[in-house]
Amino acid sequence: MIGFITRRLGTMLLTMLCLTLVVFFMVNLEPNLRKLAISQLDMRSSDEHIESWLSKNGYRDNFFVRYGRWLGVVPKQPYVDPDTGTVTPRFGYCNEPAEPHYGGILQGDFGCSTKFKTTVASKLFPALGATGILMFWVMVVMVPVSLLIGVLAGMREGTRTDRSLSVASIATTATPEYVSGVIFTVIFASWLGILNGSAASATREGVNFSNFTLPVMTMAIYGIGYIARMTRASMVEVMTQQYIRTARLKGLAFNAVVIKHALRNALIAPFTVIMLQFPWLLTGVVIVEVMFRYQGFGYTLVEAAGNNDIDLLLGCSLVSVFVVLSTQLISDVGYAYLNPRIRVS
Amino acid sequence: MELEYLGAWGVVAGVIARFWPVWICLAIVLVLSFAFKPRLGLYGQLFDTGVGIAGVVICLFWLFTAIFAQVISPFDPLAQIFVMKDALPGAIEPASGQAFLFGGDRLARDIFSRMVFGSQIVLVIAPAATLFALMVGTTLGLPAGYYGGRIDSVLSFLANLVLAFPVILLFYLLVTPGIMDTPIPYAMAGVFFLFPIIFFCTLFYTRYKHRTGLLAVQIGLTLLIGGWVYAGLVFDADPLGIISIRPNELNIFVAVVFASSPGVFRIVRGLVMDIKTRDYVAAAQTRGENPWYIMLWEVLPNARGPLIVDVCLRIGYTTILLGTLGYFGLGLAPESPDWGTAIKESSRLLRAFVHPALPPVIALMSFVLGLNLLADALREQSLKD
Repeated sequence: MIGFITRRLGTMLLTMLCLTLVVFFMVNLEPNLRKLAISQLDMRSSDEHIESWLSKNGYRDNFFVRYGRWLGVVPKQPYVDPDTGTVTPRFGYCNEPAEPHYGGILQGDFGCSTKFKTTVASKLFPALGATGILMFWVMVVMVPVSLLIGVLAGMREGTRTDRSLSVASIATTATPEYVSGVIFTVIFASWLGILNGSAASATREGVNFSNFTLPVMTMAIYGIGYIARMTRASMVEVMTQQYIRTARLKGLAFNAVVIKHALRNALIAPFTVIMLQFPWLLTGVVIVEVMFRYQGFGYTLVEAAGNNDIDLLLGCSLVSVFVVLSTQLISDVGYAYLNPRIRVS
Repeated sequence: MELEYLGAWGVVAGVIARFWPVWICLAIVLVLSFAFKPRLGLYGQLFDTGVGIAGVVICLFWLFTAIFAQVISPFDPLAQIFVMKDALPGAIEPASGQAFLFGGDRLARDIFSRMVFGSQIVLVIAPAATLFALMVGTTLGLPAGYYGGRIDSVLSFLANLVLAFPVILLFYLLVTPGIMDTPIPYAMAGVFFLFPIIFFCTLFYTRYKHRTGLLAVQIGLTLLIGGWVYAGLVFDADPLGIISIRPNELNIFVAVVFASSPGVFRIVRGLVMDIKTRDYVAAAQTRGENPWYIMLWEVLPNARGPLIVDVCLRIGYTTILLGTLGYFGLGLAPESPDWGTAIKESSRLLRAFVHPALPPVIALMSFVLGLNLLADALREQSLKD
């Protein structure tokens, strides 16, 4: 087991390295660098001006040297004026020291956001916290509801309850966040007027029922159908097992059989599904946060990508890849832990 | 100037009347399908369940809408008629006397026509991209599952690499206006569009390599058609000028294929690993068949059930992806009538006007729902066998 986890952690590190290299390559394409330079200078800057800004800030150095700087294996250089010899830090607003230093991911320094004029860490981690709150409430809504639907549908296969719940869960999987978000906003904010159509106030005044229900509902609904269908499939399979028949033949009540014998075994598969749902939720987070103007991780990612904020975007991708890979690992380990018949090879 | 309005029933009747070519075609197809049901195999069995019928009807509805978009829509989807700005549903356009059935949007365009034309974009890109992803995923998944070992480790690592990317980040990196100045989309298109050609050449070669005449015809045709499409799509140099794709659409296409082929790869790999333990594969191996013959002619046909289901689901998922792209304003032109862009446009103004948001939302949802129902019915049928 320990060997398995170390091997997986190794693969995880390799994946993260490859992916950040790819992201680094993409954000450093010529059109993207120009976009960055223009957003930092102004729209009408001449080509020479852009070029001098890019080379002054080190964007014209060798690709791998710059990647090494971001990673923290090559020292970051301050800007030295060729005429006067004065040394100034590259990004004053991040308190970068004015001497060469190692400052990369390995040193715990995520770099400097050119869009928000602050360090990436001071932007990214509060945003992650805000998204964490959203995710928590989504999980609180999504997991019990979907498990309940799945268990109810799978308990007696082929009945009318099963059919209607199955069709309902197919319908929710056909409703991506930007569709359900619009529908819910129309119904609950425009027509009924009971909920707030924007979560912008949640960042300032804190989370409350009126500004947070719509984002949570919107995000939960897309996942509910999928998890419910997996739970149903797993429940149906369990209900055909011999031990369920034995328990029924012993004269146990149907409800007791379901709760005591079937549920425990039926909930193993949904556990992995819920963990693997995280990468999808990550996309959902981006849509929902943009739609409801909630200042979390997704909002930051969109801002970073829209302005080609290199360090912030790399930080965001690192975080999201970490989330995806660690949930995969947890799901594998948890599956083996919950189901003693499965031995990890 | 005061606009005249149709009543609610007038709008409903108007919408039903505008879709007349769709109803006729739908009726013909359904009558024929019911008449020849026993002879239609898997497709015929779909008509045994309510879910299957609903799925088929919804999918065909949007298919015919896309085909007859020109006839159905009363207005040009891009035309702006100033008096109709933010008009409510049923407003009658004074010049032509035709109604804006679902009203006008912020830029005074007919929402109904835009919804109808939006179906064209979705129904061209989503199935085509899914088929290319299927080709790429199958061509790579077969050897990964069959040989295992190092090929499998390398390909699986690459697939997991792409899957570990959050889709939205991938799109922000791959589908930006700037990237069209670089050769990256064309290089990726060049690689992806090669896969169908390789696939079909190998398919024919492994089976008919001893019948040289037939093989020459098949390979020749594959190379001819494949090369023609390839030249048109990748280099935009179709000698006949029929196949061409705009750079931004190529970019979207490539990004969508890139995002969904690892999923196909994983499914094909899993299926192959399961099927290769069967007796008929062992028999073929004992006969000394070529491994690629076994993969393409013994394993793949037996994996078709789950693959067809997956393709249905995946077209729906691709539609959702296209909507996401539109919603973030990536790739497609801002005035494009596709559903995602329309949802983005209208969702910003929900406080003022609700009516521009609902048609594209319901269109997208119903189409994906139709595909999901179809997939569900197909799964039920394939489990029965």
